[in-house]
Amino acid sequence: MEAFLGSLFQLAVPLLLCACAYLFSEKSGVENIGLEGLMLTGALFGVLGSYWTGSPYVGALLAMVMSMLLSLLFAFFTITLHSNQIVAGVALNLLASGITISLNRVFLTPANVVRVNGFHNIAIPGLSQIPVIGAFFNQTTLGYLAYFMVFVTWFVFYKTDIGLKIRSVGDNPTACDTVGINVNALRYKTVLYTGIMAGLAGAFISTGQLSAFSENMVSGRGFIAYAAVIFGNYTPIGVFRACIIFALGMAAQYRFQALETPISFYFWMMLPYIITIVALCLNRKKSNKPKFGGVPYIKS
Amino acid sequence: MNEVKTKNSMAFIKALNGVRDPAFALITAIVIVAIIIAAMGYNPLNAYRALFTSSVSSLGGWGETLQKSTLLIFTALSFAVAKKCGMINLGASGQLYMGGIAGMLVATTFEGLFSPIHIILVLLAGIAAGAVFGAIVALLKNLFGASEVVTSMMLNYVGQYFCTYLISGPMRGPGTDLAQSAPSLESARLPMLISGTRLHAGLLIAIAAIILYYFFMERTTRGYQMKVVGMNPSAGAYAGMKIKTNQLIAMAIAGGLAGLGGAIQATVINVRLTIDWAGNYGFDGLAVAFVGGMAPIGIAIASVLFGILLSGADKMQMLAGVPSSVIYLFQGIVILIIIGRELFDKFDIKTLREKHKAKIQNEKNLSAEKIIILNDASDRIPGKFVPSEAEKAAANANYAAKQISAAKAVVTKLLADKEVYEKAAADGDEGSMIMAKLAARQADDITKAAERMISERAAYEKTAIQKGGEA
Repeated sequence: MEAFLGSLFQLAVPLLLCACAYLFSEKSGVENIGLEGLMLTGALFGVLGSYWTGSPYVGALLAMVMSMLLSLLFAFFTITLHSNQIVAGVALNLLASGITISLNRVFLTPANVVRVNGFHNIAIPGLSQIPVIGAFFNQTTLGYLAYFMVFVTWFVFYKTDIGLKIRSVGDNPTACDTVGINVNALRYKTVLYTGIMAGLAGAFISTGQLSAFSENMVSGRGFIAYAAVIFGNYTPIGVFRACIIFALGMAAQYRFQALETPISFYFWMMLPYIITIVALCLNRKKSNKPKFGGVPYIKS
Repeated sequence: MNEVKTKNSMAFIKALNGVRDPAFALITAIVIVAIIIAAMGYNPLNAYRALFTSSVSSLGGWGETLQKSTLLIFTALSFAVAKKCGMINLGASGQLYMGGIAGMLVATTFEGLFSPIHIILVLLAGIAAGAVFGAIVALLKNLFGASEVVTSMMLNYVGQYFCTYLISGPMRGPGTDLAQSAPSLESARLPMLISGTRLHAGLLIAIAAIILYYFFMERTTRGYQMKVVGMNPSAGAYAGMKIKTNQLIAMAIAGGLAGLGGAIQATVINVRLTIDWAGNYGFDGLAVAFVGGMAPIGIAIASVLFGILLSGADKMQMLAGVPSSVIYLFQGIVILIIIGRELFDKFDIKTLREKHKAKIQNEKNLSAEKIIILNDASDRIPGKFVPSEAEKAAANANYAAKQISAAKAVVTKLLADKEVYEKAAADGDEGSMIMAKLAARQADDITKAAERMISERAAYEKTAIQKGGEA
């Protein structure tokens, strides 16, 4: 049970880091299907940074910077040039695929890099000894940060001026513009913030969980983070709940794989994806989806 | 005579404009990727030379190129059909897997069946499996409102793991420990077009699919409805089209096309189902569809161009050492440039002039609005004020007058719109035809409503005079 909870807490980390940040972007009206690619970029540069300097923290920093640069490109095309956000996101995923696989084959494969320095678990004395939930207090720094970010997200979302602005910009950009909010500047900020945190989430996947990079290792978790925001009905608490549910599906998948159930383990591998599809199908009477989500703002 | 000439030159300019963006995108992408290759420490010229000589300089090279193009055509058409109806189908990969599985099931059974019949059964099985997998996406959207972008992407993983499950269990080939199926029977494989190459008769089917796509979209009512639903769902609904049915059919066709491609690829080229056999083909088609502008001829040309890239990429990795994955970079850059078209329009003098005009017009409209608001304010008299019957009737008449003038303005605008649409329709843009009809219909409705208002206004004015006289 404790091992199961431990893996649940760990699997939720990349989803939380990415989805909590993406909530702001989505609320401000920019849909980013390229989260997958941003996480992949983060995963590669996390490993590269750690490989070059020996420190996973430098790796995480490099991951955040590179992922932010990539999302700057995305922001330029979707916000400044009003391109279709979904298609731009797909292009971003292709770009990230190309960049990561190429650099992996240039830097890591020839040097035969099997493992790099990764993040280590830091057990909090006392708390980590508590039965059952003690696993929560034995995580990497990024793990603690992810759960702390849920609170930060909630606070910024509801208790600060910028949170209010972000929430209103997605619902009525024209009105916000009239009262003097720079709609596009705000959207740039949310998209870049999403890029930074998605990069960190990717770095966690490669250096926090495995200490290595493999091609397309994010395997759909960017899309799952995207779905978590929709399933969480665009609120911080909802996103937290959604991430935990999706992580539960993944943890169950690993658990059932090990248990040798009569059902083939390939079906368990489908579980997280099927849970995501089912979650998207659960309809809500009142959706908090921003009214102008996915629509570029063109100042007239 | 002169008219024909201008019309021809108009068509030529239009075609030129259609080519301008993709050509510019391709050239820019080639340059950017060359810079990236150089930055990675390789010689871009060597890389491109290796890529092109291996894919186009020999008969064998062309065979491999066109073989790749065949699958690209199916996945590109799959994306294009859905896109025309307003759906983003990211699930071509999963649909390929399902089509491949179904085709392979048929291709490994029915030994001794008459070959043409066997092949047709394989193809039909692929289409059916892909269509079902595609339709699921539309059904989830129609019934539960689940975003097709995410569900189609998630189903890719489901399809992939389902295939891996089958080939490591129920469909594992006899006498092998590897996760792979039995080879497809000879009688189930499409014949080769040129011996010594892997170019097979699937190319002819792909060309037929392009032609069918053209006729379906341009010459049938269903295709026409899909385009309207994709361009303007509310206009489609207004004209009595069923949005959900059209989207369901579009996704089923999209899935069917990808499934057909998957069945052909699996039985003829791969021969056995293996782990991850569909690779990135699902997303390759997306770039082809964008470069081809979703148009039949565009997709045909783009599929050959990307066929060259794909078939040459492996050689480039072998000869020049450049990772073949730079192809993904190329695809991403091409798509971004094509959808970022506004970047180039911004520097277009014509658009700048139009924007200036629109700005002036907008300012005029704003000042007109202000006048109306001022009138409104003078109507509102502060303090407790109980209007008499006459005053009420007068106010009503006043209100009706305002409504009538507003309606007139809307009608004038609609009629202007209608003219613009009709002009576009005369140039052969069919979508504009229905927009023109809709505008005319709306203008009609509003004119009728305005006429009603006019008679009401007259009645109110009459009452106002009467009551005023009584008081």
